[in-house]
Amino acid sequence: MMSRLSWPTALRVPGRVWVIGAPWFWLALFFILPFLFVLKISLSEAVLAQPPYLDWVREVEDGMVLIQLNFGNYLMLWEDSLYLAALWGSFKVAAISTLICLLIGYPMAYAIALAPNHWRMPLLMLIILPFWTSFLIRVYAWMGILKDNGLINQVLMGMGLISEPLQILHTPVAVYIGVVYSYLPFLVLPLYATLIRLDNTLLEAAADLGCRPWKQFLTITLPQSVPGILAGSMLVFIPVMGEFVIPDLLGGPDTLMIGKLMWTEFFSNKDWPLASALASVLLVVLIIPFVLMRHYEQKTADNLG
Amino acid sequence: MLKRYPLLIVMLILGYLFLYMPIVSLVIYSFNESRLVTVWSGFSTKWYVELFNNKPLLNAAATSIKIAALNATAAIVLGTLAALALVRFRQSRGHKSLGVMVTAPLVMPEVIIGLSLLLLFVAMEDLIGWPQGRGLTTILLAHITFSMAYVTVVVQSRLAHMDRSIEEAALDLGAKPLKVFFTITLPMIAPSLLAGWLLAFTLSLDDLVIASFVSGPGSTTLPMVVYSSVRLGVSPEINALATIIIAIVSTAVLIAGVIMYRQEMNKQKRL
Repeated sequence: MMSRLSWPTALRVPGRVWVIGAPWFWLALFFILPFLFVLKISLSEAVLAQPPYLDWVREVEDGMVLIQLNFGNYLMLWEDSLYLAALWGSFKVAAISTLICLLIGYPMAYAIALAPNHWRMPLLMLIILPFWTSFLIRVYAWMGILKDNGLINQVLMGMGLISEPLQILHTPVAVYIGVVYSYLPFLVLPLYATLIRLDNTLLEAAADLGCRPWKQFLTITLPQSVPGILAGSMLVFIPVMGEFVIPDLLGGPDTLMIGKLMWTEFFSNKDWPLASALASVLLVVLIIPFVLMRHYEQKTADNLG
Repeated sequence: MLKRYPLLIVMLILGYLFLYMPIVSLVIYSFNESRLVTVWSGFSTKWYVELFNNKPLLNAAATSIKIAALNATAAIVLGTLAALALVRFRQSRGHKSLGVMVTAPLVMPEVIIGLSLLLLFVAMEDLIGWPQGRGLTTILLAHITFSMAYVTVVVQSRLAHMDRSIEEAALDLGAKPLKVFFTITLPMIAPSLLAGWLLAFTLSLDDLVIASFVSGPGSTTLPMVVYSSVRLGVSPEINALATIIIAIVSTAVLIAGVIMYRQEMNKQKRL
């Protein structure tokens, strides 16, 4: 509306087309189009060649085009229990870690929102700072803490609580710690943004009427922050579903997650079609949480103006 | 307000301990003499010396820094255009689809982005002969694609909260839109451009998964070297490298933070 007032009609058209067109075409070419190739390769057959798949549209002789679709990769995903187990494993890790992130992140975000004005910025900076230091290195840091002669085991043995080191590294517990640690800022920031803009008049009215702080929180603050909770949760849940580095470095051989499996199929087994089929399945599974995320993000944006 | 909730303060402090304990232990053990990273045997800087004698690692670092700088520069241009389109041209065609395309890379699992881009590059080479093989170019193209999404978010929030009265005054006085953009809008959103550039730079410097898919022989980046070393176990040299990265990043973020904090406080004083 504003732009209609301020940008002269004659100049608006070409400028606009450039501004919106350049990023639009870049993303269409390098982000959307590639998915079509994933779908395409997932229906082809793996062969020993360079690249290692057989194109399913082939010209066999003049004027004759052979189209040979291979649904075998999808059948294999369905029949071999390994793949469904990996999908379930990813879902479990993503869902439980998101919940733990919420339990840790919500009080943190709420505390920062309630903190005095001049404290908020430094406190937020402290949340963001670890996010800026390398992800790989932060996961690596946990290897040193969790391993058999690592920090945690040394402290526990030093205090005499245990006599033999606990095996934590290369177990599911280590994966949960790594995921929660790496993704916590993604949840704290949107939650803070929601909580800081909540209407305080309701809280004051409730307090005047003698409502206890805990009840105020449960009946006023928490319900109002639901869109922020959901949007932030998806921000953690979706990428964790495809996480590779954390299960690979902190998990054990029995840690089944779909991102790790895709990596193995691609790099170790050189089975590009099967890796593509796995990617397609993951992509379809993630559409629902993505739509949810967009919905609640827009809702928070609308509510808060 | 916070003082009324002591439990919240305790949880906040515990949360920060959780966030910083690994980083602090990483830094401390980088000065440990022993190769057994977590057994303390005396102060030493020898791992830093070894780090600077590790040729493959230094080469990979140089490659990564080059890609990161080029990536950040391209991403800031595309990201700013996308942010402008999203904030200012709400009625335009393609606005909605651009919004979806910009949000999706933020959450899309890296394994999917990496694999899909690799398949695209292979198909493109087959069809039009470009990009030839895989290496720096393909890594750069891939990094720009996800970095620009992050830049868009940073610049978008700044643009959305910007006071537009000066722009409108200039337009009323007959300045051309392009001139208004370069002389008024751009300086006003400059801090977010700097933040976006730095974010794109660190994201590129940090990426292991996507680069592994789209890299070729001879284009090994720093995270790939770190990853293959870390897979073999904890090594004090990596601790030294991590400490250097943490030192650089926290200095940069602290300086940016102090500048932003002062601006914010000044603004509040004026109001």
